[in-house]
Amino acid sequence: MNRSIRRVAGVVALMFLALLVNLSVSYLLRTETLLNSPYNRRVQEEQFGQSRGPIMVGNTAVAATAPSGDPRIPNVRVYENGPMYAPLTGYYSFVYGRSRLEQSYNAELAGTSSAQSIDRLVDMVAGRQPEGAIVQTTINPRAQQAAWDAMQGRRGGVVAMDYTTGAILAYASVPSYDPALLSSLDYDAVEANWEALLADPAAPLSDRAGGEVYPPGSTFKLVTTAAALEAGWRPDTLIDSPRTLQLPGSDHVLTNFADASCGADRITMLDALKVSCNTAYANIGMALGESALRRQAEAFGFNTAVESDVWSATSRFPSGLDPATLAMSAIGQYEVAASPLQIAMVSAAIANGGVQMEPYLVSEVRNPDLSVLSIHAKKVLRQSLSSQSAQLLQEMMVENVRSGGAKTVAMDGLRVGGKTGTAQSDPSRPSYYWFTGFVSESHVAIAVFVEQTAAGDASSSSVVAGGVFRSVAEALR
Amino acid sequence: MERKNEVTPTRRGVELALTLFAFALGAGSYLLFYVNRDLPFPSIAPLAIGCWLVLCVGAHLLIRKLAPYADPVLLPCVLLLNGLGLAMLNRLNYGSEYSPAVLQFTYTTISIVAFGVVLRWLGDYRSLQRYTYILFCIGLGLLLMPLLPVIGKESGGSRIWIEIFGRSFQPAEVAKIVLTLAFASYLSDHRELLRSAGRRFLGVTWPRIRDLGPIAVMWVVSLAVLVFQSDLGTSLLFFGLFVAMLYVATDQVSWAIMGLAGFVVAAVLAYLFVGKMEIRVESWLNPFADVDRNYQVIEGQFGLAWGGLMGRGIGIGRPTRIPLVDSDFISAAFGEELGLVGMFVIILLYALLVMRGLRAALSARDWFGKLLASGLSFALALQVVTILGGVTRLLPLTGLTTPFMSQGGSSLLANWLILAILLLISHRGRAPIEKREVPVIVDLAEERTVLLAAVKPEALA
Repeated sequence: MNRSIRRVAGVVALMFLALLVNLSVSYLLRTETLLNSPYNRRVQEEQFGQSRGPIMVGNTAVAATAPSGDPRIPNVRVYENGPMYAPLTGYYSFVYGRSRLEQSYNAELAGTSSAQSIDRLVDMVAGRQPEGAIVQTTINPRAQQAAWDAMQGRRGGVVAMDYTTGAILAYASVPSYDPALLSSLDYDAVEANWEALLADPAAPLSDRAGGEVYPPGSTFKLVTTAAALEAGWRPDTLIDSPRTLQLPGSDHVLTNFADASCGADRITMLDALKVSCNTAYANIGMALGESALRRQAEAFGFNTAVESDVWSATSRFPSGLDPATLAMSAIGQYEVAASPLQIAMVSAAIANGGVQMEPYLVSEVRNPDLSVLSIHAKKVLRQSLSSQSAQLLQEMMVENVRSGGAKTVAMDGLRVGGKTGTAQSDPSRPSYYWFTGFVSESHVAIAVFVEQTAAGDASSSSVVAGGVFRSVAEALR
Repeated sequence: MERKNEVTPTRRGVELALTLFAFALGAGSYLLFYVNRDLPFPSIAPLAIGCWLVLCVGAHLLIRKLAPYADPVLLPCVLLLNGLGLAMLNRLNYGSEYSPAVLQFTYTTISIVAFGVVLRWLGDYRSLQRYTYILFCIGLGLLLMPLLPVIGKESGGSRIWIEIFGRSFQPAEVAKIVLTLAFASYLSDHRELLRSAGRRFLGVTWPRIRDLGPIAVMWVVSLAVLVFQSDLGTSLLFFGLFVAMLYVATDQVSWAIMGLAGFVVAAVLAYLFVGKMEIRVESWLNPFADVDRNYQVIEGQFGLAWGGLMGRGIGIGRPTRIPLVDSDFISAAFGEELGLVGMFVIILLYALLVMRGLRAALSARDWFGKLLASGLSFALALQVVTILGGVTRLLPLTGLTTPFMSQGGSSLLANWLILAILLLISHRGRAPIEKREVPVIVDLAEERTVLLAAVKPEALA
């Protein structure tokens, strides 16, 4: 019997040996594949906890890495003034991934971009923890703060940009959310926060500055005016401006704002802009025709996505219009839809002599030792309109501020041009208020969109949206 | 008698030293978690470590008193595995309101008390040899108990639990011991018959058809467990155990070959007719083909890969990502946090335990003891290799517990009882002859029975 017990011991030894051999072979052959598997959350979590470069606004890091106190995920992402900068920084979440700059500059922030490979190698040899790059934004913190403060209590978005370069100076969406709610290491809390943000009727995750499109209302009259100027019309060209206009082939009767008269039955285009005369602009639109109007809208960037580090929903100008819908489109209604960013780009192109610059958010990316990794080169997007037309349109907008419907934004010693806008998405709900314009001295173009006013606000776009415009323009003075 | 003691050292000193070493490793890994995670030690820590020391030294003192000549390595091996298991359970459930670690500590205490009771009251394990068929019936009953209507409970697709008064229990764990006792008893009675009767064919002595009865019964029972309880692990364990014991008893390869053939037939039948088996095999060979279904295996694999050679360190890995990491997959948690090296140590600890058990079988002076020790040791080996092989993808995954480590009272209790029996056999094998409490005449009677059977097997058939 002892012989068979010894043999059983031999079999047992072989069984244990098989375990050891299998483990060793697995370790040698499988480890790499397993670590590179897209399902391997352990590796993802480790990467998530790595040190990450900051996102800078001026000299302040609005997104930065801080020690978490948990050695498994040593770092956690923290946000300074989180809600105010959330539409720019985006969030950095283990559960929900990344968005905005955290996503588009992920490789640089994590230190894994191809341009950083040499540094990574040096760090590895030196045994240092590799560090991510510093992403410097174009945002002017004072303008951002002014836009944020001025919008409090309301819903909407503000975009301010330097029209000579395309640099975004302010980019605010209200209400917003704190990205720290999603970057936390408490994943259960993150999930609860995410659900709460999604369920919030105020839609704090929406980017009302560039990520959503709304009917632009009368601010679109700038596009219609540009089309007219390009077609050879002049600011003093007389246009029929009846009190009401029966739209051809439809039972819709177009009226002016508050059913008012435009001053006379035939007024100049400049006056039409100054009183924002709907019937006059409907007539301009119908006279120019669909293709001229759409060509001009597309020359400003409608129907095209902005391909830079700024995310934006594509603004729309419809096609296949009949005279009635063409007339409505010419005054920024019907199916015309634009983001505040798009409207700011319209003002910017006009103010920049017809040259539209590509909007951008990141001016440069620097290594941790502050040496420059990449720097933004300004880029012309397109010639939106001739410089002569642009000059005329600028003057019309300046005149509108001096003596027209945009008087509220006049500022001493500054050449300010502007245009108000009021739009209805649905007769049952309050109007959207818009304001867009430029300030020549500080070469800034601004668009303000108010989706919902605060209690006690006047029902006037020049007061509500114009007031926000003015605050931002003052901050950039 | 004093002189005899000098000749055969009890080696209790060695055991005490190893026991204290095992205690320190267990307590150390418990505390290391808090150190690695920069957490303050819990207020319960001194009490927990104190109790653990009492348990370790207490178990040692029980052996010192009741089985002084027992193998000195067995207990420290078990204490080390049990201590690491407790530390890991505490680590895995850190921060959760209900901690199975406390419960497991209670089970450990109960198990060590039961261990002491067996050492004290069983004393001469040979008294059990008489109850062959009663033991067999009890074992079979326990094994098939989960199939009973009210108390049987299905969990995780396998019907291997019973629930009484809100407490669930895996009767197969205790059935393992009872059936090993029954087999050992039956085979020690019938070994000569089984080994000598039969025809020689192809250089191997083949048993007679009528002697195939027991193996056929076990084959059917194992298959029943497989089909009705969907528990491949337990089925494999019992059949493998029985075949190994048959081989040990008869010394004849033919039994092993028939057992193996029976196993292959059962495996093919199971693969063809039990849907779960096909899935298990598929998950084993190609887990990434269905990531959702094989989530557990894949996470276990990720854990092992993440652990690498040296491991992440206790508390630094992420083993809680693995489903059932407290029970079936606790070894993957060790692989992740202690690395390949840690896994090797744990596997070698089990190997040491099994080899010491087989050594007790070699040194036993009676057939029953030899068969019992080799059966229990082999069952332990089979269980460890099956579950660790399943976790590490050497074999298809089967739901067995990792002895002494997995969360669960029935498994822990059963394995401590096995340890007690192994210690008694080893003690009896090493103790000087004068120390035996049972008169020598019993042995002689047994020997004579065997002689008679050898002379005239037909007479007894």
